[in-house]
Amino acid sequence: MATIILLAPLVGALICGFGWRFIGEKAAQVFTTSMIFLAAALSWVIFVTFDGETQHIHLLTWIQSGSLDTEWAIRLDRLTAIMLVVVNSVSALVHLYSFGYMAHDENWHEGEHYKARFFAYLSFFTFAMLTLITSDNLVQMFFGWEGVGVASYLLIGFYYRKPSANAAAMKAFVVNRVGDFGFALGICGLFFLTDSIRFDDIFAAGPQLAETSVTFLWTEWNAANLIGVLLFIGAMGKSAQLGLHTWLPDAMEGPTPVSALIHAATMVTAGVFLVCRMSPIYEYAPDAKTLIVVLGATTAFFAATVGLVQNDIKRVIAYSTCSQLGYMFVAAGTGVYSVAMFHLFTHAFFKAMLFLGAGSVIHATHHEQDMRNYGGLRKKIPVTFWAMMIGTLAITGVGIPLTHYGFAGFLSKDAVIESAYVGSQYAFWLLVVAACFTSFYSWRLMFLTFYGESRAQGHGHDDHGHGHGHGHGHGHGHDHGHAAAAHGHADHAHADHGHDDHGHHEPHESPAVMLIPLGVLALGAMFSGMLWYNVFFGDETKVREWFGMEQAAGGHGAEGDHAAAPAEDGHAAAPASAENAAVAAEGDHAAVAATEGHAAEADAHAAPAGDATAAHVAAVAPKGAIYLGADNHMIHEAHNVPKWVKVSPFIAMLIGFATAWLFYIKNPSLPKRLAAAQRPLYQFLLNKWYFDELYNAIFVIPTKWLGRFLWQKGDGKVIDGSINGLAMGFIPLVTRLVNRAQSGYIFHYAFAMVLGIAALVTWMSLSGGAH
Amino acid sequence: MENVLSIITFLPAVAALILALFLRGEDAAAQRNAKWVALLATSATFLLSLTVLIGFDPANTDMQFVEQYGWILGLNYKMGVDGISVMFVMLTTFLMPITIAACWDVQHRTKEYMIAFLLLETLMLGVFCALDLVLFYLFFEAGLIPMFLIIGIWGGKERIYAAFKFFLYTFLGSVLMLVAMIYMYVDAGTTDIPTLMKHTFASETLAIGGFHILGGVQTLLFLAFFASFAVKMPMWPVHTWLPDAHVQAPTAGSVILAAVLLKMGGYGFLRFSLPMFPVGSDVLAPLVLWMSAIAIVYASLVALAQQDMKKLIAYSSVAHMGYVTMGIFTANQQGVDGAMFQMISHGFISGALFLCVGVIYDRMHTRDIDAFGGLVIRMPAYALIFLFFTMSNVGLPGTSGFIGEFLTLVGIFQVNTWVAVVATSGVIFSAAYGLYLYRKVVLGDLVKEALKSITDMTLRERAIFAPLVVMTLLLGIYPVLVTDIIGPSVEALLTNYKAALPVIADVAEAATH
Repeated sequence: MATIILLAPLVGALICGFGWRFIGEKAAQVFTTSMIFLAAALSWVIFVTFDGETQHIHLLTWIQSGSLDTEWAIRLDRLTAIMLVVVNSVSALVHLYSFGYMAHDENWHEGEHYKARFFAYLSFFTFAMLTLITSDNLVQMFFGWEGVGVASYLLIGFYYRKPSANAAAMKAFVVNRVGDFGFALGICGLFFLTDSIRFDDIFAAGPQLAETSVTFLWTEWNAANLIGVLLFIGAMGKSAQLGLHTWLPDAMEGPTPVSALIHAATMVTAGVFLVCRMSPIYEYAPDAKTLIVVLGATTAFFAATVGLVQNDIKRVIAYSTCSQLGYMFVAAGTGVYSVAMFHLFTHAFFKAMLFLGAGSVIHATHHEQDMRNYGGLRKKIPVTFWAMMIGTLAITGVGIPLTHYGFAGFLSKDAVIESAYVGSQYAFWLLVVAACFTSFYSWRLMFLTFYGESRAQGHGHDDHGHGHGHGHGHGHGHDHGHAAAAHGHADHAHADHGHDDHGHHEPHESPAVMLIPLGVLALGAMFSGMLWYNVFFGDETKVREWFGMEQAAGGHGAEGDHAAAPAEDGHAAAPASAENAAVAAEGDHAAVAATEGHAAEADAHAAPAGDATAAHVAAVAPKGAIYLGADNHMIHEAHNVPKWVKVSPFIAMLIGFATAWLFYIKNPSLPKRLAAAQRPLYQFLLNKWYFDELYNAIFVIPTKWLGRFLWQKGDGKVIDGSINGLAMGFIPLVTRLVNRAQSGYIFHYAFAMVLGIAALVTWMSLSGGAH
Repeated sequence: MENVLSIITFLPAVAALILALFLRGEDAAAQRNAKWVALLATSATFLLSLTVLIGFDPANTDMQFVEQYGWILGLNYKMGVDGISVMFVMLTTFLMPITIAACWDVQHRTKEYMIAFLLLETLMLGVFCALDLVLFYLFFEAGLIPMFLIIGIWGGKERIYAAFKFFLYTFLGSVLMLVAMIYMYVDAGTTDIPTLMKHTFASETLAIGGFHILGGVQTLLFLAFFASFAVKMPMWPVHTWLPDAHVQAPTAGSVILAAVLLKMGGYGFLRFSLPMFPVGSDVLAPLVLWMSAIAIVYASLVALAQQDMKKLIAYSSVAHMGYVTMGIFTANQQGVDGAMFQMISHGFISGALFLCVGVIYDRMHTRDIDAFGGLVIRMPAYALIFLFFTMSNVGLPGTSGFIGEFLTLVGIFQVNTWVAVVATSGVIFSAAYGLYLYRKVVLGDLVKEALKSITDMTLRERAIFAPLVVMTLLLGIYPVLVTDIIGPSVEALLTNYKAALPVIADVAEAATH
């Protein structure tokens, strides 16, 4: 079944991409979409019925060289199951949505076929993402990792006529390559240290790595930390963390469904997935984890500040994504991988929905993306409005404090923040502030878009035009009979969509194929948090069971069983894997016992077993999809944080909401005055902390200069200069020949060479005869 | 067929002879006949070489299909292949028919052009099959001549300069190699390569004029061979002939130059340097590793500054050959496997990239990057093919370009992490120059008047690319096809290499006393 899930999108992509000429564009779209729906349906079957036992499915051998043995294979465990559902569900809905969104696209000339290509890319992306998440080894994961990079490149640059889209696509690929540079080194390092790139072997080596020190570059490193840092560099690139985030906002050049699928729900979460997948290494890499927490929290804060002032609706959501990814990394870095996955899971639903909702708004306003030109759309596009409302409630974290009732983001984000409180005060405070900002920019988006008066320019009078540079639709001369009035938005609208009955600029609600995906995602944004709270962030026993882990030796049989914690430290020498190594049956028994709350009984089984087999513990990978070190009680402790901590994100959310309301409903002139009063700060945020300018100055320009320098001076002057000099000095004859040379002489030289070689051979043979 | 290697090797030469003797005239019919003879001969060679591949036993690490005859003046004619050379033979025979098909439109002295390529194939195959030092040297040096002619007669405006630069560089190296070969013959008393591979050359430290040469004679011999192979690769800093040669060479010449001729250097390292001078190799390996790492970064940076499509790809070749030399001198299984794989894969990918340039050069007669832009609009099939090979060149997993790069990086990480980091940074630069080229040439809007009537690839052109696409994908997804054949031979090579090395400890010790 997993194999079908993996290959269905590939088949869809190939048939759609190469076969649409034969089966027709529409059929190609329908075919590839149904393949994804098939994959999505099967994914849900796996997700619901999965029993926690890791499965391996071998498909084909891949790279084999000495002890390096790579295969194409599927690893099916809880992490894979979660990601399968996320990827395939969102992908299926985005495919469906694209039927409507891509139906008429003014970037293309009449008669140009782009739809099949778009769907083929989407499906190819899905395939690459699936190979990433189902991988059983790091190299196949790298295949998926780069594969999604290519798909992202193709889709960002989908409008290949637009220079800005091409630039953004290239930027995304190259910046991601910087991350891949770290990832590749991490893989090489792991092979060097463990002689394998298979997950099971690597995971088993975790404790060993913690004890190993390795020379890397100028100094000695702890092996686990080194690997952790290198792999995290890869994760930073893919997940757009601070420093390598610059490509994500630019990636909004791609069509909006792409932003929803790739740059919100799936690909950008690959970094978080990687860290969670490698939890058996990270559990032994405290310094790497600290780095992740600090960078994650800083990113969450940074991106939220930038999001406060952006005017492009997609860019606001892009920075929001960047910020939310920071939240996930904080959770992963503090060691509550299940919470990172929880937020990944819920975020996929509400963020995909926000993007698709934004797409619906953009579609409705005829490719207007500047929020300053929206306003008052609530009545015009009510379904989209309500979907966006649910998404906003979810992302800002609305729920009933101190209970488990609320929108998806309420449960998962609060779980992250509570974990952060235990892990790092720095991260905690930044995340709370970021939560306030999140609330502000999300409501700002809602208020600017849906409330107030319409600020659409050219409202009923075309001659105003637009001063904000739409590079599309202008005078392409297609037969909609409005080429003359090319600047009026609404003119595009009624011509393109056939609303000839009203000649003004009325925004229009999107078709059903676009609204249905919104509805489905809205359900996810409302209920996914409450439904799966317990298994991601319930009491530890349940989480461990769900992820197929062994129960902790001491076992937090029930929540509030705090007394067990210190006692458990004494048994740190008998980690979960030890039980597993000893006798699987007994281990299972222990797990069952612990689940029932007989912690002491479980302990009795575990401790001796662990001691007896301490010698070959290292040879067996810990059981389950994620691994929690023996002294990792984060989940437990996160439940016992003070009440004010639990309430703080809610209060931050209220403050953000109130401020946004004040700024954009109560007193709309306030933002302008504030921006004027705080000009430098406003510019700093508006220009995204000047990262692009900085990178351009310290990387791009010097690299180009160095390239030219090495070429002209290095190759030209130094190397050719000295070699020419050498040649001229030693063989002046040749110079003369070169000067006189014409093509007719070539045969003469060739003949001379043959003669020379013949002479040499003769000499050798003669001397050989003499020997 | 016991002498199948000889048949394969000389079949193209026989065809060339037939052309030279029996084909008269410059009319269209004669030109067509010349091309068909060449295509048939190279195709037959490829089909015959398949029997070698099928009959080859990978588990046997000795030379196979060996043939040996007495020759003029007491010299030996000896041919044979092992897991390493058989892959180069296959690469050559596979690419030749494609190359011939790629120069179907040549008008100028077609017959001679075909003769030059046919002779070149014989000489290249001879290099990979020869098991006698003199025979090897003959093929190795004579191989220069047809290439020299191809650039010098059918090349661009600056062809004479390029041809001479090419000739000077490679020939100077060869002279040193010849001297070393004579010494080897005197020392070992034989020119038989398998015997020489087992012969131990003196490695005691030499003191010449106050200099202590670690590894002694072996180091000197290594350097002499290195002078030749490093130029052929080409390694930094003796790479500057390559961009000039490529720019001036006709498309088919560039394809063979990049795809096969460059590999002779790598083959030489694996056939001579490592097995015959292990101590010398070990002494100088750090130097070679650093030169390789520099080559990767340096050539990539220079590639970024290019305005000529062919120069950009030529510099990219230099960078990719950096991975090869790096892999070879890691002297571990992954490194050498990776270097071998990179050479095979680069044969397909760089060949295809030069063909890509050829496609639009034939239409627009310029290689200036700025002269293009927006080709995707009128040439979607071309855009797809070019993208595929750009991504392969960048080392995208799933294409053969990734396997070699990845394995060499895995290999080098075990040896020297500094070099590993510098070399890995190449993945960033390769993406930068590769996508830069693609964006400038293929993407964007089609605004240049001259390009408005450009046509997409013809059926012949598509047929030329098809086998290259298939091989690049096949080897990227199922590389075991190659690694299973080279693996045992490389393993044997490294076992012998490592067995010869403990001496080095004594050498170093002796030097300190």
